[in-house]
Amino acid sequence: MSLIVLLILLPLLGALLIAPAPEKSAKQIASLVTLVCAGVFLALAARFDWGNGQNDQFGLTWEWFKPLGLSFSLAADTITMLLVGLTCLLGPICAFASFTAIGERCKTYYAWLLILQSAMVGVFFARDLILFYLFFEFTLVPMFILISLYGSDNRKYAAVKFFLYTFTGSMLTLAGLAYVAFKAHAVSTSSDWTFDFATLEQTARAMSPVEQKWVFFALLAGFAVKVPIFPVHTWLPLAHTEAPTAGSVVLAGVLLKLGTYGLFRFALQMTPLAAYEWAPFLGVLAVLGIIVAGLICWVQQDIKKLVAYSSVSHLGFCVLGLFALNGIGISGSVLYMINHGLSTGALFLLIGMIYERYHTRDFRKLGGLASRMPVWSFFMVFFAMASVGLPGLNGFISEFMCLLGAFQAGGEHHWAPSALFPGATTDSLLPGATFGALGPWFAAFAALGLIITAMYILYMVGNIVWGQFKAPGHDDHANGHAHGHDAHAEHHSALPRDLSLREIGVLVPLAIGCLALGLYPTPVLRALEKPVQQVVATVQRDVQSASVAEAPPGAAPQAPVNLSMEAR
Amino acid sequence: MEALVRFWPEIALFVTTCVVMIVGLSADRTIRRLCAPIAGLGLIAAAYLAVEFMMPVSPSPMPYMAVYGKVMVAGVGLLLLMLFPGLADRDLEAAVDRGATFEPIRSTRAEFYAFFLFSLTGLMLCCSATDLIFLFLALELTSLPTYVLVSLSTRRNRSMEAGVKYFFLGALGAAMFLYGFSLIYGATGSTNLSEIARAFDVAAHSAGSGGQIPTIGLVGLVVALLGIMFKIAAVPMHYYTPDVYQGAAAPVTAMLAFVPKAAGFFAIILLLSTVGWRYGKDGIGTGNSLPEVLRVLLWSIAVLSMTVGNVLALLQTSVKRMLAYSSIAHSGYMLVGIVAGPGSVEGGRDAVLGESGIAAVLFYLVSYGVMSVGSFGVIAALERRNADGSVDDVDHLNELRGLWSRSPVLAGVMVVSAFGLLGLPPLVGFLGKLPLFTSAIAAGETVLVVILGLNSAIAATYYLRLVAVPFLEKGDALSTGIVKPSPFPSRSLAGVVAAVLIVALGLAGGYVGKQAAVAGRTGPRPIQHTHPRAGSPEAINSEPSLAPTASAARLNASAGAR
Repeated sequence: MSLIVLLILLPLLGALLIAPAPEKSAKQIASLVTLVCAGVFLALAARFDWGNGQNDQFGLTWEWFKPLGLSFSLAADTITMLLVGLTCLLGPICAFASFTAIGERCKTYYAWLLILQSAMVGVFFARDLILFYLFFEFTLVPMFILISLYGSDNRKYAAVKFFLYTFTGSMLTLAGLAYVAFKAHAVSTSSDWTFDFATLEQTARAMSPVEQKWVFFALLAGFAVKVPIFPVHTWLPLAHTEAPTAGSVVLAGVLLKLGTYGLFRFALQMTPLAAYEWAPFLGVLAVLGIIVAGLICWVQQDIKKLVAYSSVSHLGFCVLGLFALNGIGISGSVLYMINHGLSTGALFLLIGMIYERYHTRDFRKLGGLASRMPVWSFFMVFFAMASVGLPGLNGFISEFMCLLGAFQAGGEHHWAPSALFPGATTDSLLPGATFGALGPWFAAFAALGLIITAMYILYMVGNIVWGQFKAPGHDDHANGHAHGHDAHAEHHSALPRDLSLREIGVLVPLAIGCLALGLYPTPVLRALEKPVQQVVATVQRDVQSASVAEAPPGAAPQAPVNLSMEAR
Repeated sequence: MEALVRFWPEIALFVTTCVVMIVGLSADRTIRRLCAPIAGLGLIAAAYLAVEFMMPVSPSPMPYMAVYGKVMVAGVGLLLLMLFPGLADRDLEAAVDRGATFEPIRSTRAEFYAFFLFSLTGLMLCCSATDLIFLFLALELTSLPTYVLVSLSTRRNRSMEAGVKYFFLGALGAAMFLYGFSLIYGATGSTNLSEIARAFDVAAHSAGSGGQIPTIGLVGLVVALLGIMFKIAAVPMHYYTPDVYQGAAAPVTAMLAFVPKAAGFFAIILLLSTVGWRYGKDGIGTGNSLPEVLRVLLWSIAVLSMTVGNVLALLQTSVKRMLAYSSIAHSGYMLVGIVAGPGSVEGGRDAVLGESGIAAVLFYLVSYGVMSVGSFGVIAALERRNADGSVDDVDHLNELRGLWSRSPVLAGVMVVSAFGLLGLPPLVGFLGKLPLFTSAIAAGETVLVVILGLNSAIAATYYLRLVAVPFLEKGDALSTGIVKPSPFPSRSLAGVVAAVLIVALGLAGGYVGKQAAVAGRTGPRPIQHTHPRAGSPEAINSEPSLAPTASAARLNASAGAR
């Protein structure tokens, strides 16, 4: 059996296995299965031809629903492999991190955690639009259940809000996809419909700019909510805060990436003209997200909420890089997807560990933990620095690439008011500028975000880690909060004052990942080079042929213009 | 005799009905209890006969719908049948068990199953109707037994009230579509559907008509459609739905959600296929939609039904009322497919599921039938023990709390059904909705698709409650011990089978989809425009110049001859 299928089916089988198993063995089964999955992924990665990663590999197809041309069609390329790798890394971490946090209804918890992993892996491997949509939607169910069963006080509201936001957006996305499928059917000679990625991509690129615009917005409706891009981000802080620790880790680590992955895979490649035309718009939203969410972070009292808002801010960089539409920006953006998963996931884990010990996430009640929990404090500072973008850790390189990409991206579309800045007019292409529709101003404002990030993260770290020791006494909480309290009380004695070996074991792989990607990201960047170049060339070719002639874009293939990873 | 072959399924069902009526009155309990198995066998036989003697209905504008419709009716009918045990004669049988003598006069068992089968017979006749009178009788044969079933279903006043309400409003609806039928007859001079189609075509092609069918025919269609909206519980005629659904016992409610709705959609498809989806801004032959008046009418009804149904469902605390409003919304979804029409059949290729709204509706009917058996099945499989010792249906949403800990299977069925109704892939509710999306887009109804999408999102809010309350919330004092699984295991079994089907059809429903695509094909038009379909044996090519009056006279003559 193909390893791809194994990666999707194994967690499902694990969930089935948990159902009849005794309550206590649920966590063993879950951690075993996720570890095996990680192993399977390594085997897959070893067979994957990284030098040829722009092409789909290990492809396989089964018929699903013939009358609509739906198929179970799976394959892997570089982007897929990177994101699946992240998912498979976070899988066992989530399982191990939940050992003490989840006290009741363990079976349900671990079973849904496994199903969630299966759905997430499926999203990235899917090569049929409806299959993609299936997995995309199906991630909602486990997350909904995890939040509403195992979350904190306001969990029901958070779960429903999370579900509804994403579901509403994705219904519009479905309409857009159905439109593209209809167009593909209309031009094909066969009477069968198809939802195959490649076919629909061709069709969509051949559509008129107006059609592309609407399809682009339909796609945006679903993916922007998922990312989340600035004005539709309001579900995220709530969901993150209320979710159990592992839920937050998965949410930040992988689920948000479904949005950026969707934008990368569909918005850029199916509707390049619209993506180019609306790139400044998205750039503005991204910058607004970076700055506004950053400022919101600064005033948070709740550590978890702070990290949640910081996700909004960080993913602003990701979107900015994507819509820079040049090699360096997109590579940076993809790299950022991985990095954000590592560092923010780790931060959520760390906060969860604190919460298990002190049952609070309130800034004002915590302080000086370095004196009691040196190991925890070490990791906290480490991952906070990774999140800030300290050179040498992973956040830096990708953030910088996103900014550089935005900076270099074209000169035709400056959003700087030319009346105020007469120098920055349309034709003043900067040296080293590449194709694109953003410009230095976007980078400049986004860079403000870096400063803000540094401020709030350092503020948080300073408050919690250093200073006078301050933590709520355990006794105050013996009869306190409603949810899951018995569980906490029961396991309380099991937790040492500082981190246990299990907890350190959970954090170390993430720390290694952060260091490795920070010090030597070259292998990943090299693997990304070709796939990203292909996308950039596609966008550029379509935009140029659309602007040169009124001819339908994509109709006349030109030689791909050599584009610039070399701009670095 | 040839025409009779088409009706073997109905004949089989009718014979079964007669047998059931006698068997149900037997003094011997074992024989009495054979009612349900016999009815089941009758349904299986009907499905078998429908497939065995498969032939296109000719002449008819929808020649291929009948077989699919009959098999679907038999299939969902079997599921519904599994919900029925314990509905009729529960007290009486209990008394007999205690030693009382069985008095046939007080038993309703025979009537119950017989009326159920009668209703399904009517439904099967509906989808093979070739004539307006035939269609009217079939619709009434479907509906009349349901009025009785609603009243018989519980021994409570609210069932009586629901039955009476249902009957009077149903009669109003019937009067409306009968009046509409008479106007159509007046406009075309025939009650035969294909003759009506021919007359409409001829009239639309005649000089001076502006490419439109006669106004009186249009008025007739509008009135008839409005009347039929009662059957499918679409917006201007939906007022009875929540009351009746709540008043009837849950198994009967499940039947109400499927049987009259299917009958209504069969009737709508047949009626509209006489006009055809071939009208554009400039009359016949210039587009792929219904005449503008009908399109706007159905478009508005679809939008209103979806929106009103979903928004009002949000406010409900009674599960049955919530599902009743959801049923209104689902009618709205299906009307989107009706507006879209069967798709253009161009370039020699047949319309497929993706662009045929009719096929999409036929497929959605199956998925909705299965999903409503699943959701109502859970309600039917539970009962609340009142303080006075009587039992009643579970009604309030909170009574489902903690179902997961008491009966994981039923909670699972509810979760699967609710997610199915929500349209979550890979369940059949999603696969049903997808062709509605694509066909409406193919017909250029993008706005309708967006409204459909947004409505699905609104609906998610209350379906999520149906998931959350039984599965996630803890039982409280109110429901523990009072709500118990019903003593009739076949009801739970029906729910389980439905849940399995919701998943299985979603993962491997290709065959059903293919059959729906075949069933959604329209017959040849009396007057072809572009791409005359070569090799259609039934093609009736009349001359556009044929005067309507002459045609009508000839039709009258032929009608008289019969």
